[in-house]
Amino acid sequence: MTDLTKSPADTVPAGPMVKAEAVHKSYGLVEVLKGIDLEVKQGEVFCLVGPSGSGKSTFLRCINHLEKVNAGRLWVDGELVGYRQKGDKLYELRDREVAMKRRDIGMVFQRFNLFPHMTAIENVIEAPVQVKGESKGDARERAMALLERVGLADKAKNYPSQLSGGQQQRVAIARALAMKPKLMLFDEPTSALDPELVGDVLDVMRGLAEEGMTMIVVTHEMGFAREVGDALVFMDGGVVVESGNPREVLTNPQHERTRAFLSKVL
Amino acid sequence: MNSLHKGPAAPGRPDVIKAVPVRHPGRWVGAAVILLLTAMLIHAIVTVPAFKWDLVGHYLFDDRILHGLVVTLELTALAMVMGVVGGILLAVMRLSPNPLLSGTAWVYIWVFRGTPVLVQLVFWNFLGVLWAKLSIGIPFGPAFWSEQTNVLIPTFVAALLGLGLNEAAYMAEIVRGGIQSVDEGQLEASQALGMNRFDAMRRIILPQAMRVIIPPTGNETISMLKTTSLVSVIALEELFRAGQNIYSRNFQSIPLLIVVSLWYLFLTSILTVGQYYIERHYARGSNRSLPPTPLQRLGGLFRGIKSAPAAKPANAGGHGGGGEGGGAA
Repeated sequence: MTDLTKSPADTVPAGPMVKAEAVHKSYGLVEVLKGIDLEVKQGEVFCLVGPSGSGKSTFLRCINHLEKVNAGRLWVDGELVGYRQKGDKLYELRDREVAMKRRDIGMVFQRFNLFPHMTAIENVIEAPVQVKGESKGDARERAMALLERVGLADKAKNYPSQLSGGQQQRVAIARALAMKPKLMLFDEPTSALDPELVGDVLDVMRGLAEEGMTMIVVTHEMGFAREVGDALVFMDGGVVVESGNPREVLTNPQHERTRAFLSKVL
Repeated sequence: MNSLHKGPAAPGRPDVIKAVPVRHPGRWVGAAVILLLTAMLIHAIVTVPAFKWDLVGHYLFDDRILHGLVVTLELTALAMVMGVVGGILLAVMRLSPNPLLSGTAWVYIWVFRGTPVLVQLVFWNFLGVLWAKLSIGIPFGPAFWSEQTNVLIPTFVAALLGLGLNEAAYMAEIVRGGIQSVDEGQLEASQALGMNRFDAMRRIILPQAMRVIIPPTGNETISMLKTTSLVSVIALEELFRAGQNIYSRNFQSIPLLIVVSLWYLFLTSILTVGQYYIERHYARGSNRSLPPTPLQRLGGLFRGIKSAPAAKPANAGGHGGGGEGGGAA
């Protein structure tokens, strides 16, 4: 119909790491995302905040196709997520093609989801060896460097159950980084942690941001958003209510709902 | 007592509690009753001449019985290998998003779990009657190679097919339960790292499902050991059939059935002990304190009667031992 659907390839010229246009997602009759439009620039730390049930985690999971979008379009680095477009027709991607695209997108979960039957270092080398076919030696060397970077080189041989929540989450970040992603998704990475362990995880994330990693962070840590974030979106009820520079939105929210939410969180 | 009150001043801990433990007079009475009943039963069994204990002793290590024993063990082991491999395959198929695979697995399980294993055994044995020859060739066209069914499927293979294919259907449900017990986040994490379904299953999901799968598999093995006696209906000389063959000639059925039963009991006992330790091994990590081993429990029984607190160190020792093994897995 429009120019966009008729564009020759499934790419958008130059620019944003993630672009969403009217993204809808529903589970049965419940519509969780009611048209999300946003743009995440390269190298940006993009914070998604909002009350629980507002759809921010669902949107994050759409980006690496853990959830299927029902309507609208979503691009990562100029490539359509989950589909291939020819003319004005969409073709579903095969599982292997989806898996291929996920390689470049790291994800960190609220509940860590480390593999409990593997040691910390085995967790980190698993995907590079199994998915990318790297040699075990190379993968191990890089994994040690990554664990060093998140401050856990001495825990390399520990099983997840022998690590604290904060340590597990840092291993999980190292595991995602081992795939050399161009984009990192964080789904409430500190929500399941004891308060005194949150700082270590945020420090690692801050370091990543300084190195120019593009990050989308669903979080309740307003301090982190204010300090590290380049952009912030406030979501509620499956729509974007307000967006802008985090320092501005957090200190001077324009919308009533944003104000009500922030007054409870801050 | 004073030291209890003045905490900081006291150099040591308060005295270890020395309380009179709870007495269990009921246990002593119960034990006496059970002993009496056992004595009566043993007396009855030993004094009735029909049991012919001398014959039991004579046939216990008879060559034919021992040969049957070997066949029983072979059948059990091979059928369980077929069952476990087939079960994993079927379970993964059943959970596959591919409707062709999951449908096929569903029908297989439906048929093989829905008909008696005895009937299946007889079917495999009579396959030669239904189709005299089995061939490989173009469907509905000429055959390149063919062979007599009875040559391809001798009695032992028929027995193995009957038991193994049936077991696979049961194991499939056990494996499926195990796979479904693994947290969904594990599959998501694997997928987010770019793994395909097959790799995620092989490297991440199945190894974790094992802790749930292995204990019931031990149970199935014990069950299989006894189920092999059904094979006697297709005249394969395993343990039970060996006993039958002997008493069909000398009519000493009771002593021979006792011989056979003693062997089954002996083998299942060994498997039960093995299963106990396997379950204990897989409980580590999920149970905070491991259950005591039978030996520790035996010790605890008597210590429990005399002084309750003494039973505690036995438990603590078992826990420490399990924790040590934790790093190896």
